[in-house]
Amino acid sequence: MRFTAMLMAAASVFAVSAAHAQTPVKVKIGVLNDQSGLYADLGGQGSVWAAKKAVSDFNAASKGLQVEVVFADHQNKADVGTSIARQWYDVDGVDLIVDTPNSGVALAVSQVTKEKNKVFINSGAATSDLTGKACSPNTVHWTYDTWALANGTGKAMTKNGGDTWFFLTADYAFGHALERDTSEVVKANGGKVVGNVRVPLNNADFSSFLLQAQSSKAKVIGLANAGGDTINSIKQAAEYGIVEGGQKLAGLLIFLTDVHSLGLKTAQGLNLTSAWYWDMTDANRAFAKEFSAANGGKFPTDVMAGVYSGVTHYLKAVEATKSAKDGAAVVAEMKKIPTDDKLFGKGEVRADGRQIHPMYLFEVKKPSESKGPYDYYTLKATIPANEAFRPLDQGDCPLVKKT
Amino acid sequence: MTTTPLAVTAPQQGFSPVRILIGIVVLAALIAAPFAVYPVFLMKVMCFALFACAFNLMLGYTGLLSFGHAMFFGGASYICAHTIKVMGFTPELGILAGVAFAAVLGLLVGLLAIKRQGIYFAMVTLALSQMFFFFCLQAKFTGGEDGLQAVPRRAFFGVYDITSDFNLYYAVLVIFLIGFAIIYRAVYSPFGQVLKAIRENEPRAISLGYRAQQYKLLAFVLSAALTGLAGSTKAIVFQLASLTDVAWQMSGEVVLMTLVGGMGTIIGPVVGAAVIVAMQNYLASLGEWVLVIQGVIFVLAVSLFRRGIVGEVIAFVKARKEKAGA
Repeated sequence: MRFTAMLMAAASVFAVSAAHAQTPVKVKIGVLNDQSGLYADLGGQGSVWAAKKAVSDFNAASKGLQVEVVFADHQNKADVGTSIARQWYDVDGVDLIVDTPNSGVALAVSQVTKEKNKVFINSGAATSDLTGKACSPNTVHWTYDTWALANGTGKAMTKNGGDTWFFLTADYAFGHALERDTSEVVKANGGKVVGNVRVPLNNADFSSFLLQAQSSKAKVIGLANAGGDTINSIKQAAEYGIVEGGQKLAGLLIFLTDVHSLGLKTAQGLNLTSAWYWDMTDANRAFAKEFSAANGGKFPTDVMAGVYSGVTHYLKAVEATKSAKDGAAVVAEMKKIPTDDKLFGKGEVRADGRQIHPMYLFEVKKPSESKGPYDYYTLKATIPANEAFRPLDQGDCPLVKKT
Repeated sequence: MTTTPLAVTAPQQGFSPVRILIGIVVLAALIAAPFAVYPVFLMKVMCFALFACAFNLMLGYTGLLSFGHAMFFGGASYICAHTIKVMGFTPELGILAGVAFAAVLGLLVGLLAIKRQGIYFAMVTLALSQMFFFFCLQAKFTGGEDGLQAVPRRAFFGVYDITSDFNLYYAVLVIFLIGFAIIYRAVYSPFGQVLKAIRENEPRAISLGYRAQQYKLLAFVLSAALTGLAGSTKAIVFQLASLTDVAWQMSGEVVLMTLVGGMGTIIGPVVGAAVIVAMQNYLASLGEWVLVIQGVIFVLAVSLFRRGIVGEVIAFVKARKEKAGA
């Protein structure tokens, strides 16, 4: 693996030196994510592929960049994540870390990146603190965050007639934050929260909570939970016939791969917000086709597309600054030039490190509507870029000057 | 503790020239190590080695399998991180606070758990540790899922700067050596001998007049406090305390380290910790295979070399000596 990468790097050196006769700018990209646990499906090796694809599509070698991609598994442990990050920066000469789902690990890696003055582009983690209280001049948050998910699902569903809500909330900080943010959005758009129930983390039996949700007669049941809890609550909601009974399920943190493992029969009718879906444009479809061919028939998630888009923009910035060594300077350049790539389209990176693009509200198709593999979503609403993310002045990011 | 250690004599363990020589070589190697190996990795190894040694005090020398040591490890690391970050403590005070917390928690848990043995003891400690996990998940000051991040590295005693990993290494080395010396002293003291006697045959130890409960409780508190020392140090090294440290998997990991290294040997847990941490670090680029490899090693350890790496080496040397003697 590493050997072939070295060979390729060596080959590109010769190619470049023949063409330009100048020393290439060396760039090393580390994909740090979960490769074995619950987030392995939504990022994992798919993100590694996306990063490599971005490098080859960028035609880095012909632009005087010599790029190498490495990867590692952080096992969802903040200490494993930070030791890898430190080692990459200190010993292995990594300039950029991408992806990194799991908010705890992401915040820790962001901290190390700032200390070592490198670059961190996050695609997989949810916490909006990365561009809020904990924002850093070396960190860019690309794909989504909790604020965008709560806002997208809450706003679009309330406007589409789902004006009464009941929350099923995982009983810890993350669940509480999701519930709080979504309720605010629902209320601001003229909706009403009729009730909520706090469910212990890693709960196996949702029946009593789902019955409460059912009897509340709320039009929308918001699932303020994640991972296995979301999967279990959706499965059991299907058994109780909640969607068939006319109530809508709103998943606040759910990915294409979750829907895939649930199956359409169980997940149908579920509403969710996502930054990217493969079946939206020709470029997306072409990307998905290539991805699928290289990854045993799997399809890319928004997190992987975000890795592609983020790496592309990073390489543009490095090409402009001619060096990857000063992380803060590269990120400053990333904020200066507008983002533009085939998957995320045009956008920008804000002063707080937030990448801005539209978000989309989807509904999961019925099995009868699905025409092929991974044909799961119908687009219900588009949240325009200027409304999709938390306004710049509300994040308490110290990098944003108060006027 | 009014008993006189009549029946128990400490094994001969004089400081022979060979031992002193080995000690000097090892110390020199430890001092020179950060020039050759990445210091953060070494510090991580030492934190886990101390944790495993403290755990071994319970499992290897007292014969009690605790499945809840993560609560002392993680609890101390939260307290240490919180006191340093929010209350402005210096690192040594933060570590002391963490150790004190772990010791008190150890006393409370010990009072409850020590009444039972074997699987019941393991289950009681596991249950209490899970309760503590959920407390940490909910409590405001722990930061829930995100953990306590960006713990500042202030100077030790206000004078020894630890912002560079290189400097911090020597501070951690001193902490590790202190912790290890305490464990060494405990194991090779009459107190340690009584613990071993209790491990081998508790009714007999009681019949000899030892108050087994009190000895076990003291061992438990000592083990918890030293585990707290390891946890607090880790919080400073990584500048964070997270749920990983209190989760039950951490309790399992330390069992793995102790078994692979050799339970009931003084140096075994250190070797075990080094092996496991090295695998996590250097095989990280193999992705999910790390866990598979860990599993295979565990199975091999349990089925082929049950005494652990160090245990097998000791047994091998002993067998050769006996052969030579005969």
